[in-house]
Amino acid sequence: MNDLLEYTLRLGDDALIAAQRTGEWIAAAPQLEEDVALGNIGLDQLGQARSLLQYAGSLDGRTEDELAYFRDEREFRNLQLCELPNGDFAFAMARLLYFATYQHLLYDELRSCADETLAGVAGKAVKEVAYHVDHATQWVLRLGDGTEESHRRMQAALDALWPYTAEMFASDDVVRQLSVAVDPSTLEEEWTRRVTAVIDESTCERPTSSYQHSGGRSGRHTEHMGYLLAELQHVARSHPGATW
Amino acid sequence: MNERSEFISKHSVEPLYEVFVRSRRGLSHTHVGSLHAPDATMALRNARDVYTRRQEGVSIWVVRASDITASSPDEKDEFFDPAGDKVYRHPTFYEVPEGVEHL
Repeated sequence: MNDLLEYTLRLGDDALIAAQRTGEWIAAAPQLEEDVALGNIGLDQLGQARSLLQYAGSLDGRTEDELAYFRDEREFRNLQLCELPNGDFAFAMARLLYFATYQHLLYDELRSCADETLAGVAGKAVKEVAYHVDHATQWVLRLGDGTEESHRRMQAALDALWPYTAEMFASDDVVRQLSVAVDPSTLEEEWTRRVTAVIDESTCERPTSSYQHSGGRSGRHTEHMGYLLAELQHVARSHPGATW
Repeated sequence: MNERSEFISKHSVEPLYEVFVRSRRGLSHTHVGSLHAPDATMALRNARDVYTRRQEGVSIWVVRASDITASSPDEKDEFFDPAGDKVYRHPTFYEVPEGVEHL
């Protein structure tokens, strides 16, 4: 597989799987307004996924639908962070804080890359994810610095997701060899600074876990990924080629 | 009251905010609806998500519903009825000179 295709799939799969998890919150959020907010955020992520998967597909003759619905688990290149099942609302906001902050730094770099399509997608998405960061930040602050129970849950969520954050910054031959790619290891310092600032203000403690999961970029996923794909893909596979 | 709104009104400690949006061409903010939020910052964000997701506006105001002083329906008669027969308050008693276009 060529590096540009591999790299675009990573970006697209992150966005697609994140969108699927965010979308699961619709009609299950703590308030109607949050249903709509998370619906908007999920659709932003889905829009990014579509643009990126269309581009990836154009590189090897597949459509966005073939890539989303007819690849198996081991062919997906997303971060494990994106596929973990939704826990409570604090978990959703901790994940959004970690992931959107990463995406924001990434897209901000990528919009000046030499590949016009990737730069275009990044230029549009950077404003969307800036809002996702803000939304997550507002909630982390309120839950962390809220009641005893909300603080406990916020801390637990930040802790539970921390071991999945190093994977975002893992560097490999693909990102080092591909000139248009952003080497994610260059984003880690600023990501840590921004996320730490929010966690500090929320009165939570920044997690310090030494063990870090990895594998998503090479198609090794958590046990939850299969269930997610079953739900995501089952209609398309039951009725191949169906339109409405 | 349906089950959900009953549940929310019983359990929600979040105050109600009224939302005003200024549209792209509009000169003034117009009331568009209301929503619940824990504080004004979140109310503004919720309003962005609920009321401007189809490019309805370029500026939003939110104000706590409890901070609005409103006229009472009971006072409707003395507040509004006396204006009903004061036709001379409308600028309709002037002859418009011929040739004046933009009056």
